[in-house]
Amino acid sequence: MQAKGSSGDGEILLEARGITKYFGAVTALEGVNLTLSRGEVLGVVGDNGAGKSTLMKVLSGLFRPSEGEIWVQGRPVVFNSPRDSHKAGIEMVYQDLALAGNMPIFENIYLGREPGRKVGGLTLVDHAQSRKLAAEHLNRLQVHVKSVDQNVEDLSGGQRQAVAIARATAFDAKVVIMDEPTAALAIKEVGKVLDLIKRLKDHGVGVILISHRMDDVFYVCDRVMAIFHGRNFAEAPLKDTNRNEVIGWIMGTKGHATGLAHDKVH
Amino acid sequence: MAQASKGTAIAPQNEFQRSLRSRLLEDYGILLVVLTMCIVLAILQPDYFLSAQNVTNIVRQVGMNALLALGLYIVIVTAGIDLSVGSVMALSIMLLAMVDKAGLPWPLVLLVGPAVGTSIGIINGLGLTLLRLPHPFIMTLGTLNAVRGLCNLVSGGQPISGISDEVRFIGIADIPLPFGGEFAVIPVSAILLLVCYAGVAWFMKKVSLGRHIFAIGGNPQAARVAGINVNGVLVFVYAASGFFAGLAALLMAGRTGSGYPNLGIGAELDAIAAVIIGGASFFGGRGSVVGVFAGVLVMGLLRNGLNLMNISAFWQQTLIGVIIIFAVWIDVLRRNSGQRK
Repeated sequence: MQAKGSSGDGEILLEARGITKYFGAVTALEGVNLTLSRGEVLGVVGDNGAGKSTLMKVLSGLFRPSEGEIWVQGRPVVFNSPRDSHKAGIEMVYQDLALAGNMPIFENIYLGREPGRKVGGLTLVDHAQSRKLAAEHLNRLQVHVKSVDQNVEDLSGGQRQAVAIARATAFDAKVVIMDEPTAALAIKEVGKVLDLIKRLKDHGVGVILISHRMDDVFYVCDRVMAIFHGRNFAEAPLKDTNRNEVIGWIMGTKGHATGLAHDKVH
Repeated sequence: MAQASKGTAIAPQNEFQRSLRSRLLEDYGILLVVLTMCIVLAILQPDYFLSAQNVTNIVRQVGMNALLALGLYIVIVTAGIDLSVGSVMALSIMLLAMVDKAGLPWPLVLLVGPAVGTSIGIINGLGLTLLRLPHPFIMTLGTLNAVRGLCNLVSGGQPISGISDEVRFIGIADIPLPFGGEFAVIPVSAILLLVCYAGVAWFMKKVSLGRHIFAIGGNPQAARVAGINVNGVLVFVYAASGFFAGLAALLMAGRTGSGYPNLGIGAELDAIAAVIIGGASFFGGRGSVVGVFAGVLVMGLLRNGLNLMNISAFWQQTLIGVIIIFAVWIDVLRRNSGQRK
C-alpha cells in the first residue's frame, strides 16, 4: 500500500474522507479529510467549537457522520457504536476520561470487554485474570499504582489519565485518539503522558492528539492539522511549520500570523 | 527528589488501606446494626424474641419487602428508581388469582406473577429509554397510578379469594426441622429469598451485565463509550425489578390466599427505605445485596420488636422515618471521612 501525503513511514491506518456532520440545522463538520499512518502522531488543533471533538467522536463511533466515509487499513468501515470502532482497532481517550469512579482500576480497563467465559452474549467475568492482565499492562506502560483494586475515584488526575490511556491500549489498538489528555494535569504529570504517547508511537500505534497546548503538539507530533469552522484549514509536517504559524491557523489566519502571536511582546 | 517520591509513595498506601477499611464498613457496617438490634431485643424479650415461632414469623413477614427491595436495589444501583413495584405486585396477584380461579393449571399460574411483573418492568424501561422521559421517577410514577387503576378495573374493585393450595405453597408452606419442636420449621419462602439474594449477589459480582449495571450507576458516559448498550441494560434493570415484584405477589398470594386490589399501597416506599438503610447510594453505583438484606431486617426487626413491646404502630412508622434519616446521615459522615480531600 502506498503511503501518501504523510510524514509517517508506514501504511495508512485510518482515513476520513469528506466527513460532514449536521446537528439539526447546525453544521459541525463539512467535508473534513484526515489521514493517519502507522507510528505517526498527528496533532489536531483548532479553536473551541471548531469541530475537533465532533470529528473524533465520529472516528470513534460515538456519532455517525451525516456524509463521508471512514477507511481503516484500506477498507471502508461503518461504525454504529464505539464497539464497532474498538473491533477495528480504534480507541479513544475522552477529555472527561469516561471512567467509572465507583469501580476499581482493573474493571475500568476491561469495562465492556471483560475477560472470562462467554455464555450466550454474557461473560462470566474472571476477575482474577482481569486483575493480572491489568497489572501486567500497567507495568508495560510504566504506570505505577498501589493496587489495581483501587477505585478510580481515589486516584489523582494523572493516575486517572493513565488508567484511561491503559484502557485505550489494552487491546492492541492500531489507532489511539486522545482528546486534550494533558489539559487537566499537573505539570509534572504532563511529561509522563507525553512520554506514554511516544512509547505508543514506537510500537507502531497511530496517535491522534487533540491539544490546545503548543508545547505538547511540538513535543510529540509528526504532523499537525488545523480545523477551522468545521473545515480543514491547514496541514503541515511539524518540521515545516512553527508555533506562531499554527497559532495563526487556530485563529483562522494564514501567512501573516507572526503579528498575531500571543507570546510576542510588543 | 528521592525523598519527595518516597513521601508520596507512603501516603497512598495509607490512603488505600483507609479506603479499603471504609469500604468494608460501607458494606458490612449495617450488619452490626442488625446484630445490635437482635441483642437488645433478646435482652428485652428473652422468652419470646429468639423463639422458633417468632424467628419464622419475622422471616415470613419480611418476605414481601425483601423481594421488592431486591428489585429496587438493582434499579437504584443505576441511579434510578421504580415507584411502580407496589402496584405491579397488586396487578400480578389479581391476575394470578383470576387465572387460578379460571382453572389454569397451577404450574402456569406460578409463572403469571413474574410474567406480569417483567412485562410492566419492560414497559417502564422502554418508557424511560425510548420516550426519553427525563427521570425514571416520572415513568414509574405513571405506571404506579396506571397499574393500580388496572387492579381495580380487572376485579371491579373486589378482592378475589380462594387461591388454590398448589399456588399458595411457596408463600405458606413450611419444611419441618427434625429438632426443636412444633415451630422449628424453615418456611419455603425463606428458601426462595435465599436463592434470589444469592442469585442476584452472584449476578451483580460475576456476570458482565451485573458489572455494567454498576458502571452505568458510576458514569453512564463511561459505559456508553465502552460499547455497552446502556438503554438495553436499563430495560433489563426495570424488567428485573418488575420480575421481583411479581415474585413478591406469589409470596403474598400464598400468605393471604387471595388477591386484593389494594395490596402493597406504599410498599415501594418501604422497599426504597430498606435499600437506602442498607447503604446503597441514591446517586447510583454503590450498594451490596448483603446491605439490602440487612436493611430489610432492620425494618422487620423494628416492627417485630415494637410489636413484642406492645408499642403502637404509629410509633413504628415514626421510628422508621427517623432511622432512614439517620442511616443516610451516617452514610454521609462515613463517606466524608473515607474520601480523598
